[in-house]
Amino acid sequence: MELRRIDDCVWEIPPSAKPGMRVPARLYASEALLAGMDQGVFEQVTNVACLPGIVRAAFCMPDGHWGYGFPIGGVAAFRADTGVISPGGIGFDINCGMRLLRTHLTEAEVRPRLRELVAGLFAAVPAGVGARGFVRCTRAEFRRVMVEGARWCVEEGYGWPEDLDRIEGRGALAGADPDAVSERAVERGHNQLGTLGSGNHYLEIQVVPPDGIHDPTTAAAFGITGPGQVVIMLHCGSRGFGHQIGTDYLRAFVGAMARHGIVVRDRELACAPFRSPEGQAYFGAMNAAANTAFANRQVITHRVREVMGRVFGADPRALGLEVVYDVCHNTAKLERHRVDGETLELVVHRKGATRAFGPGAPDLPAAYRAVGQPVIIGGSMETGSALLVGTAHAMEETFGSTAHGAGRTMSRHEAKRRVSGAALLRDLEARGIVVQAASQSGVAEEAGFAYKDLAAVVDVLDRVGLSRKVATFVPIGNVKG
Amino acid sequence: MGRYRILEDVAIADCALALEGDTLDDLFATAARALAELMVDPATLPSDAARTITLEAPALDLLLHDWLAELIFLKDRDAAIFPCADVRITGDGPFGLRAAVRGGTIDPARTALRADAKAVTFHQLGVERTAEGWRARVVIDI
Repeated sequence: MELRRIDDCVWEIPPSAKPGMRVPARLYASEALLAGMDQGVFEQVTNVACLPGIVRAAFCMPDGHWGYGFPIGGVAAFRADTGVISPGGIGFDINCGMRLLRTHLTEAEVRPRLRELVAGLFAAVPAGVGARGFVRCTRAEFRRVMVEGARWCVEEGYGWPEDLDRIEGRGALAGADPDAVSERAVERGHNQLGTLGSGNHYLEIQVVPPDGIHDPTTAAAFGITGPGQVVIMLHCGSRGFGHQIGTDYLRAFVGAMARHGIVVRDRELACAPFRSPEGQAYFGAMNAAANTAFANRQVITHRVREVMGRVFGADPRALGLEVVYDVCHNTAKLERHRVDGETLELVVHRKGATRAFGPGAPDLPAAYRAVGQPVIIGGSMETGSALLVGTAHAMEETFGSTAHGAGRTMSRHEAKRRVSGAALLRDLEARGIVVQAASQSGVAEEAGFAYKDLAAVVDVLDRVGLSRKVATFVPIGNVKG
Repeated sequence: MGRYRILEDVAIADCALALEGDTLDDLFATAARALAELMVDPATLPSDAARTITLEAPALDLLLHDWLAELIFLKDRDAAIFPCADVRITGDGPFGLRAAVRGGTIDPARTALRADAKAVTFHQLGVERTAEGWRARVVIDI
């Protein structure tokens, strides 16, 4: 497949590369990261470029890898008036996302109680297959969760009012429609609020390392004060509720495409016109799932505050346990962007990608409006994570989007062949990282060597200007599903 | 008895399964076993759960999708995993499925957990007849 180098770390596959491509495919990667991308990435990003109503380009971020339908790390925007919405372009784990909490604590203060803290968090936040959440809500209340998201949690006492300012969309995306959600989705997921899940989901205690501040001014604006500071990072999504909504609608869209005269290269890209009844119903259900994911991260935040307050014998407010930000990975959002000199209403799909709005953009809290949106990039439990900030360039080029993590380079099976969960846990312990996991095999699947070099991914984002490096964090404790 | 293997170079963050069965019934029973073994160690499940599942779909690949999606649904709604299935598939389009499934409810103190299957994807989904029997490919979102 023809691949043109547009810039140092920008590559483009022209529309002539595959019949049906409406726009080019654009990939952001260093030569090394590009060489490590599997063939599926190139097939999938060019398949996305064939979808009706797509504008500018189908994008793949430097953490991109072979997914199902869209590549993971994929971004695509479709005209709201003539384009489509695709459940496969969002993923089953709707609004899987990241939340970062800061603290006033230092590593020196946390280390003596680290084991107790990890055990407390593991006990308080159910994880793994079949886990039930600690929040009990009636069906009527769950309908409120679908619409009000994190706001419902705060009203019920699970959080602080100011938390809402630091969540993408203030923790409640508009357009959620509980009537578009199946009874099966409610049955499947209503008892999972407050659960972590499994796979690459985690709750991590991290520290700013000695060389971890890259942009002191922006870091200070985000409350990241300097080396030694302890932060908490959370990665989870909408659990079985969102998974079932994705399942229901993808199945329906596969059948509905013929009616709309749409042909796709991979049925996982099944889609419907955004303005069609099917498209609008899915958008309403997807927003309901997104809001439950915000609620899930909010009630887990509440649990984190309870546990840390108990372990450190202090009020969580005195510990400075404030939300830095909460970002979505898997969503389609209705946004207005400039395309070829015209402001268009677009359905921006981000699949394993993060919104990265620059300074002055809408939806940013007042405290961040001048600097831009915090972008939380999760790494592996061994290697650390990063905090970046959105840029004006991302707004112009990728509809305000950037990468979401390190990106896998190895199958889960191969990772388990290379290391056992028990051996990896012992190794992490020896390196000062305390881990409690619901699944030992799950620990092996998430070994650091199964992922790309996070620093290389972040470096590309910084070099191409899709987001700027602010700070990095290294793990000292981890709770895994 | 059917066989399955994991395709490691397909959708690396998820789990691509290549399934084989002597008969169509065997293929679908093998798919249930593969899904269960992906999520837990079946030897650590209690034997306390059984269900009857009936489904209908216009094509075999859609039936396989719906079959596995149903088992994933039960995993979350009832915390139950079903490694054993007696499956009977009838018709030639639409296809019917009737299955008696047996397994257990996840016991957090005893059950060895593996990966939490989120959904059945349509990526590379297919069912076909071979000289030896039947085979299928399916990618499970992890």
